[in-house]
This record gives sequence, C-alpha cells and structure tokens, in this order.
Amino acid sequence: MKFVDEFREPHLITKAAEEIRRLADPKHHYRIMEVCGGHTHAIYRFGLKDILPENIELIHGPGCPVCVLPMGRIDDGLAIADDPNVIFAAFGDMMRVPGTQGSPLEHKARGKDVRIVYSPTDAIKLAQTNPEKHVVFFAIGFETTAPSTALTLLRAKSLGLKNFSVFCNHVTIIPAIRAILDSPDMRLDAFIGPGHCSTVIGCRPYEWIAQDQRKPIVVCGFEPLDLLQSIVMLLRQLRDGEAKVENQYKRVVPWEGNRAALKAMAQVFELRPYFEWRGLGFISQSALQIRKEFAAWNSEQRFTVPGVRVTDPKAAQCGEVLKGVLKPEQCKLFGKECSPEHPVGALMVSSEGSCAAYYNYQHRRALVPLTMSLSA
Amino acid sequence: MNGSQPISAAAIRFRDAQIEMAHGAGGKASRRLIEGLIAPILYQGVSRTLSDAAHVDVGGHRMAITTDGFVVSPLRFPGGSIGELAVNGTVNDLAVSGARAEILAVTLVLEAGLETRVLEAEMRAMAQAAQRAGVLVAAGDTKVVEHGKADKMYISTTGIGRAIPGVCVDPASIRPGDKILLSGPIGDHGITILLARGELDLAADLRSDTRSVLPLVEAVAAACGSAIRWMRDPTRGGVATSLNEVALDCRLGVVLEEERIPIRDEVRGACELLGLDPLHIANEGQFLAIVGAGEAARALSALRACAGGESSAMIGEVCDEPGGTVLVSTRYGGTRVVDMLVGDPLPRIC
Repeated sequence: MKFVDEFREPHLITKAAEEIRRLADPKHHYRIMEVCGGHTHAIYRFGLKDILPENIELIHGPGCPVCVLPMGRIDDGLAIADDPNVIFAAFGDMMRVPGTQGSPLEHKARGKDVRIVYSPTDAIKLAQTNPEKHVVFFAIGFETTAPSTALTLLRAKSLGLKNFSVFCNHVTIIPAIRAILDSPDMRLDAFIGPGHCSTVIGCRPYEWIAQDQRKPIVVCGFEPLDLLQSIVMLLRQLRDGEAKVENQYKRVVPWEGNRAALKAMAQVFELRPYFEWRGLGFISQSALQIRKEFAAWNSEQRFTVPGVRVTDPKAAQCGEVLKGVLKPEQCKLFGKECSPEHPVGALMVSSEGSCAAYYNYQHRRALVPLTMSLSA
Repeated sequence: MNGSQPISAAAIRFRDAQIEMAHGAGGKASRRLIEGLIAPILYQGVSRTLSDAAHVDVGGHRMAITTDGFVVSPLRFPGGSIGELAVNGTVNDLAVSGARAEILAVTLVLEAGLETRVLEAEMRAMAQAAQRAGVLVAAGDTKVVEHGKADKMYISTTGIGRAIPGVCVDPASIRPGDKILLSGPIGDHGITILLARGELDLAADLRSDTRSVLPLVEAVAAACGSAIRWMRDPTRGGVATSLNEVALDCRLGVVLEEERIPIRDEVRGACELLGLDPLHIANEGQFLAIVGAGEAARALSALRACAGGESSAMIGEVCDEPGGTVLVSTRYGGTRVVDMLVGDPLPRIC
C-alpha cells in the first residue's frame, strides 16, 4: 500500500532502532512526550516500545480530543439530544464516551435520535433530508478537525440552512502544551510534535517551546518509521545541546501550515475566554467558539444547556494520566472498574486515549519467546 | 437435562439494564450476554460448551444442530445478499463444528411494504446457495410485521447436519505448539458492507467473501481429520474475537505473526483510513483451524490444493503463556495484544 508500506519496511525500522541505540546515552533516562493521541496509538499498535532501549521513556500527552473533554460538556450535548425534535450527530469516537447519564450510544439505544457521521458535511446532508428536524453536530477536535467544522458552518450559512447548528467543543493544541510545561511535576526532555494538527497550524507555533523552554520538538508522522526517525532527530538535538523545531512529517506538514484552512477558521471561530479541560482544569484562550455572525448556527445560542460542571468519578485519575504524570496502568481503576467495555473515563474509550491503547495492546502482555517455526 | 432444577441467582451474571447494539456485535458484550443470562436460564444449570453447533446423539448417529439469524443492511451488496448469507452462515457453523449440513429450516420476518421482487430475488439467492452447498431446505415459516417494525427482511435459518467421520473438535484437546490455519484473506465481508452502506464516500473493488466453507473443511478432514482440534468461522468480531474465545476456553495463549495473515490491500487501506483493526472485521467465507503441529503442513497443503483455498496460510501457534490472550508479533519484532471486539467497530475521527 502506497504511503504506508514504505514507512513500515522492517529493515529500515531495524536501522532506525540501531541508530537510536547508538545515540541514546546509557547514563541518561530520556523522557519524551508524544503530544498526540494518534502517536500513542501507533506506538502501542506497532509494538514500538519493544524496539526502543529501556532508558527512553515515552510519556503520553494530552492530544486526544475526546479525552480532554470534561464530562459536563458531554452532558450538555446529550441534554440537547433529549429534545425529540433533534437529530444529534457526532463522530464515532464520541459514541461510547460516558456522560453522567450514559454515553451517546446508550442514549441512542433508549430511543434518542443519535447518528454517527464521518464528516460534518454529512450532518448538513442529514439536515437537508430531514427538514422537519433540527440537526445538531457535536464538534470536537483540535485544529485538525476545526477547519472542516468551519467550512461546514460557512456552507450552512450560504445555504441559509435553518435546521442545523454546531455544538462547538474545538480546542487548540498550544495552550495544552503550555499547561503541561507549566506543571511542576513534569520533567520532560523533548516533544514528539503532533502531526495532523500541524498540517493546519504548521510548525511556527511551536517555536517558543524550543526558544523559551529549551526543549527540542519534532513534528512527526504516524507510521513506525516516522516515530523512530523523530526520536533519532530528538536524540541528535539533545546530544548536541540544541533545541529547535524540526519537521519530520514534511510529506504532509507545510512549515507555514494550511493558509486556506486557517482563513476559514478565523472567519468562523474566535477564542473562548476560557474552557475547561479534563485533567488540566480551566485554561484561558484554549478553545474556539463560534463568532456572532454565525450565532444562528450555534447550538449554544439556540438551546438551553445545563452547563453544569461535572467532576470525574473520584477514584478515576484521568487527569493525571492525561498530563503524563501517571501511566495508564498506575490508575487505581485501570483494568478493574474501568475497561473498554465499561469505561469510567474517556481515555479508556477513544482509540487515541492512552488507557484504551494500553489496555488493548499491552494489557495482560507477558514476554513471549517468539520461536515459532511456521514455514510449512 | 433436569428441568426441575432451580437456576441459581449467582449463575445470572448479566447486570446491564438494557440491551445495546454491542450485545449483538459478536464481541465481549455478546459473550457476556449469552454466558451471563441466556445460557444459564435456557440450559437450566447444565454445563455445556458454547460452540457454533451442538452435537447430539440421535439413534446412534452423531448429528449436529445450529441456528442463526441474519439482519444485514443493505440486503444486497457486492458479492452476495442476505439470502445467500443465511444459507452459507448456517452451513458454515455446522462445518466448523465438524458436520456436513443436510437440512435447513427457514424463518422469514418480513416488513409490510417489502417489494415482492426483492423477496423473490432473496428466495432465489437462498435456493442457489443451498444447491451449491448441497443442503435441502425442508421447512419454513413466514411472518409479516408492520411497516417500520423491522428493516425490510430478517432471515433465520436452522441447520441439521451429520458429523464428519473422524473429526472431533474440542478446545480441551488444544496443546501448546499446535498451529493456527486460516482459509483466506480477512475482512472482505465487513468492509464490503461498510462501504455498501454508502455513508463513507469510499469506494473499493471489494466483494463479500460469503461462501460455504464445507469443501475446505472436508479437504482438511480428509487429509488429517484426527489432528483438527478446533475450528471456527470468524464472522462478527472477526479473527481476533474467535481466537480470544478459544484462548479463554483452553486457557492457553495464541501468538499470530502479523505478516502471515492474508489480507487484501483494499481491506488494509479501508482499515487504515477508518482506524479499524482488520482482525476485528467480519468474514462470511473463511474459517480458522487449530491443528496438531505434526499434521499442520499436510493440512495446509490440502487447503491450498482445494478450489478457493489457494491463499490459505499458517498464521500462528498456540503457546503456554500468556493464557487466555492473543498476541500479534509485528514485522519488526514488537508485539501487541489483540483483544476481543468491544462494541461495534466505530471509525475514528483523525
């Protein structure tokens, strides 16, 4: 498969792994944070931990859009879905995320009109084919998905669509990284920078991490070779005492970002004064809200939502895991009360959540001597 | 069976307040529902192995019986249709239990308003599939429900078969070192259906793999019947779920070699785009077999020599540890756990 197999070539992977071993100083314990949930998923899925030397510790960051959403926002969305006149549309990732009264999927099973869409424009189609209903699109994601929501709102406006609105939960990546760096208990050496999000914002917004915080950051793709190559680049910077922003994912990420996408976002969204993040608390100017000119398509303007702050279940340590302070398996509920089938927190639900990734790919794992001889 | 025996409350472990879609998706939730509620009540405390078909002794003959319901949407899709699935699915459940399907009984649940030509097409599809599989449709029932109370048509088929001589599948007979065989590429059916629903704006030249696997099972049985420990057709929940079930049943581990698992580029591509694991995707024309190590090569050549079995592969083996777990070794020496499917496979956003 083109654009995939090249980045999974076993001999290239082995070469990169050897290079990492050569570069890693055996006396130093490296703490490298992968910001993006997509990277966490890839690291587990491809078993990359087995290939890395033990003194390279990968810390999972806050870049999972579903995970950082506090439960109160899910409750607010589902309160809108309770309106019998509403079709509630969301991405598949959201469907199993628990709210206080159950997940969107459970609301669907109870007879609420909850639909999975694959793109926000599908929600527009839903509105066009169901003129007697009001379609609410539950928008989530970092800058990766925000442009498609922006284009959808522009389209809704140009169509004059009256039965469609967006419940906006878009957040921005930079304040989250800043919050992590401000956290006193984090001692990080370097960052594996988000890939998808950077296709939109480019690499410049990370420059302060290198310049002010003196931490190397490499914007990285999602294949095994991308990740290993990025670690090589970070180790080289650390060895040479450098701290710069590098772009490993050049085949997709332009240094300056995607101007058209940024323009659409600026037209439709403005920064919220503050927004609550699970685990990180309230962060000022960390999320997007819909501009006044689009108020007619803003669910928060059209519906009354409870807007109640819901704290996570006490025993759950989602916040600590999100910040990278705890590993998933160090949470008291991991694998017991909280599992993919009965998730207590969103990190166990989303394919990008570190708990789900750890549970699915590592949990119950023991070292198995792989001495199979299948060459029959 | 002792019908008067009371069912202990402890046997009913299913605590979910209501039935969700996940309970029908063939993964973990389905297993909990069946083992925690349905089986304890219907089997009245009699312990039975839950497998694809039950084998019973009828007048000295070993017979097998199974039943299956089909609710696929859309009714027709590239490579097959609900009628064809309804025959092949039941024939396959019997086949992997080590039996040859002889007789089918069919129940149709039709929604008022269903076009006659649609029903006729499905009946023809069933007749053709039955003829191909060498099975007789001997009995049936038809019910019609109000418009909106069903999705066009549902089919349930019950199959009775005769045990294939010399084949005795039993997870308890599985030993470390046994090999795992797979009859062909995985994920074709599930991805075809996902694309045929037209919600994804994705197109691929893919067809459902629906077929009777009986000829393939018989080929292995003829080559080394007594070495077959276990077989399963990995339908909903995919290869991962079937192998997790057997790993739990025999308390041994299963290790797969990722690069040996046959899979078409179209299926891989769709799974990459949607964030799905092909090991969780449904198949309707493949089967998995665990065979004794000494006979594995012979079983594989027999499969490959059979029409439709050319791309069969030996994909892994059974090991002592970790018990009850399925591991995949990646192409670069890493490993990961592959769990049962939880819920329905839902595409990710980014």
